[in-house]
Amino acid sequence: MIKIVFFAALREQLDCAEMSLASEGVKNINDIKLKLSDNSEQWQQVFSNASLLSAVNHDMVDGEHPVKSGDEVAFFPPVTGG
Amino acid sequence: MKNQDNNTTSQSAEISIQTADYSLADEVALLEQGNLTDGAVVTFTGRVRNNNNGNTVTTLTLEHYPGMTEKSLAKIILQARERWNIGRVKVIHRVGELNIGDQIVFVGVTSKHRQDAFAANEFIMDYLKITAPFWKKERIVSEGQSAENWLDAKDSDTDKAELWS
Repeated sequence: MIKIVFFAALREQLDCAEMSLASEGVKNINDIKLKLSDNSEQWQQVFSNASLLSAVNHDMVDGEHPVKSGDEVAFFPPVTGG
Repeated sequence: MKNQDNNTTSQSAEISIQTADYSLADEVALLEQGNLTDGAVVTFTGRVRNNNNGNTVTTLTLEHYPGMTEKSLAKIILQARERWNIGRVKVIHRVGELNIGDQIVFVGVTSKHRQDAFAANEFIMDYLKITAPFWKKERIVSEGQSAENWLDAKDSDTDKAELWS
C-alpha cells in the first residue's frame, strides 16, 4: 500500500487528509494522479491543476518520480510560509 | 581552524517548528553564547501584517507538513553552509493561529564577517518561502464581511529565490 496525504486548500477541497492506495499498477506520481482523478469530478479537477506540488518520503518530486509500496506520497498547493 | 569547529550544533537544535512564541533576545543570546569566533550576528523576524492585497487581516493560521518541513529546512541550511562560511544557524517557524503583530518566523546566522551572515540569512528565507511546506490561511474583513482565504504563492518569491541560482 501507498500512504497518501493532502494539505491546506487541497485537503479542504477533497475533504480528505489521508488515504491508502493499492500499489498495483502504480509506477510513478502521475499514475497516482490518474487513479485519484477517477474518484469524482471534484478530484479530477483538483489533480488537473498544473501548480499542484508532490512529495515522496518528504522530498519534493515531479510527476515522473517512481513510487513503490510503503512510500508516503503527499500532494499540496504551492507553499506560502515565512 | 575551520569556523565550524567551535560551532557544532545538531540539526535538531538548528530547526524548531512550534506553536509558542520565541524571544528574540534569547535567540540572539544562544547564537552568541560561547561563540568567540564570529563577529557577525544577522537576524530576521517575520511578523503578521494587518493588511494583505488591500484587505484587513484579523488572524493568520499556519499549517505545515511535519517531517517534510524539518527535512526541507535542513537541506536549505546545508546549502547555505556549502555556499558561505557561516557559524551558527537557527530557524524557528511558528504554526497554528497567530494574531496581528505576532512573530511568525526567525532566521539567525552568525559568521566571522558580516557578508556571509547577511547573504546566508537572506538565502535561507528566500528558499524557505518557496520550498518549505508551510501554508497560510488568513481571516480577513472585506466590505464588512469576514472570510477565510488560503494565500496564493507569489511569483515574486520564486523570482527572488531564483536570483541565487
